[in-house]
Amino acid sequence: MKITPAIIRKWSMLGQRGTAFGIAMPDIASRKDNVKLLTADLSLLSGMERYATDYPGKFLNVGIAEQNMIGIAAGLAMEGDCVFASTYASFIAVRSLEHVRQHLSYLNCNVKIIGSSAGVVAAKSGVSHWATEDIAFMRALPNIKVFSPADGLEVIKVMEYAADNDGPVYIRLSGGLNCPAVYKEDYNFEAGKMIKLSDKGKDVAVIATGLMVSESMKAVEMLSEKGINCSLFDMHTIKPIDKDTLSEIFKDYGLIVTVEEHNVIGGMGSAVAEFKAGFANAPRQIFIGFNDCFANAGSQHYIWENTGLTADKIAVRIETEYKR
Amino acid sequence: MSYSWNETDVEALTAMSKRMRLDAMDMALASGNNGSHLGGSLSCIEILAVLYGKVLSYDVNAPLKPDRDRFIPSKNHCVLAHIPALAEAGFIDKSEILEFQKDGGRLTGYPMRKEIGLEYSGGSLGMAISVGIGIALKMKEQGFDNKVYILMGDGELNEGSIWEAFMSAAHFGLDNLVAIIDRNHLSYDGDTEEVMGIEPLTDKLASFNWHVSTCDGHDVSSLLKAFSDDKKGSPHIIIADTIKGKGVSFIENRREWHHHRLSQAEYVQAVNEINNE
Repeated sequence: MKITPAIIRKWSMLGQRGTAFGIAMPDIASRKDNVKLLTADLSLLSGMERYATDYPGKFLNVGIAEQNMIGIAAGLAMEGDCVFASTYASFIAVRSLEHVRQHLSYLNCNVKIIGSSAGVVAAKSGVSHWATEDIAFMRALPNIKVFSPADGLEVIKVMEYAADNDGPVYIRLSGGLNCPAVYKEDYNFEAGKMIKLSDKGKDVAVIATGLMVSESMKAVEMLSEKGINCSLFDMHTIKPIDKDTLSEIFKDYGLIVTVEEHNVIGGMGSAVAEFKAGFANAPRQIFIGFNDCFANAGSQHYIWENTGLTADKIAVRIETEYKR
Repeated sequence: MSYSWNETDVEALTAMSKRMRLDAMDMALASGNNGSHLGGSLSCIEILAVLYGKVLSYDVNAPLKPDRDRFIPSKNHCVLAHIPALAEAGFIDKSEILEFQKDGGRLTGYPMRKEIGLEYSGGSLGMAISVGIGIALKMKEQGFDNKVYILMGDGELNEGSIWEAFMSAAHFGLDNLVAIIDRNHLSYDGDTEEVMGIEPLTDKLASFNWHVSTCDGHDVSSLLKAFSDDKKGSPHIIIADTIKGKGVSFIENRREWHHHRLSQAEYVQAVNEINNE
């Protein structure tokens, strides 16, 4: 399909879940025979109606039973299907975790786990519906690739990649409707390769993932006005981590800042730090994310304000750390 | 079901069960101080003999044939019964069965190796039936008339996701799915009805819209009848009443023999009892 700036603007209104199930899945089902999409009673919320109507034989609702869903997905995959299984990230990555470990990770089944509403977008539903540990859980499982796309277009790129490459993946969908477009026009996506989005200087390398790419982009602009020159990288693939680009970053920059809508323990920042630990004389790293805490419920923006994840707060933190 | 049986089959399957029980003792002795899962293996010997000796459709020379029947051990610790059954079927050589705990061995640690009939790797209880449902859905979609058989323990019915699976199998009308419950009445800590009661089991399963058969799990005729008692449109569950540790007096109904070491003297006594049965 031809991806124009106008289409990207339209997709950004759909949000990440909207492009995953309203755009990417129908396209994947139209070109692949062995596709299945499984939901745990969230087809309406997830925007799967068009898909379910057009591809009833490739759709299965298992009811509110996330563990059973992952087991069924594994059974289908063992017999040759390419299975996408989705519900809230908090349920699919936590309640189903043992099924994911045994059946998808260990048995290396061709199942794509799509966790929606990751981070704290389900703000007022409370902590039960937030997912700020899912990257940590999924990253610890062998064979599973972990993706955290920055916007609706990148979601489509990741979904198409997942459909065309065997093996289990976890795709972390963030935000609700109206996901800000990081990519205003079509671009080359390569799984496992970070994308440099802003190149203002070598003072600070800001590495962000998910919705924090867009927030960090604004932060980098603010810092630029203050004479702090940052580069911004979109780490859409958290596992396998992009060792080549990171090696260059460790050589070239004075400070590394990782930004994620996730606990600082076990998340993207941890993945960067684990790799960085092997380098002598590598720069200092600042972890921006949930500081091993939950937060008082409220709107997503309110929670971000209180945990330091808005563009303003990210800019202030980077400025403080840079000047230390 | 597409099979019939006669007295000759019954005699052959009874003899096969006896050989498998003796193999299980050899395996238990070979495991030395590691010990092995004796109780729950001896309770399902006849179930596995009837499956591999009569019910299952498979071809050891074409183990990946798409329309083969699938056997998924949910109580994956039944290795002392399963590995002898695979040897009886010809998937592995009889001489290999004693290597079931060998470091790096191809039978060690409940592996998935479809080429020798090991269709699934599990061990953590309550999880396999969901996988079986996925396989059964795909078999139906492809128009195969084969079946997926799942061997479950009674203790594992305490696990919650099993009931998600029971609900969904009936909802999806999976009449190509057969679950067998090895109802040996003991989980690790004791009598299932004292640890966490699962009765009335027949009523529970029937109320989940499964077709329920009950049988004597140590009587091959009774098992053959139960397997043939299927019903169009419904998943089939067989509650096979069994004795944990069946066939060896000092193991029968003793919870500590769930996983236990077998001494040389105990081995000799056990083999004598099995031979004189």
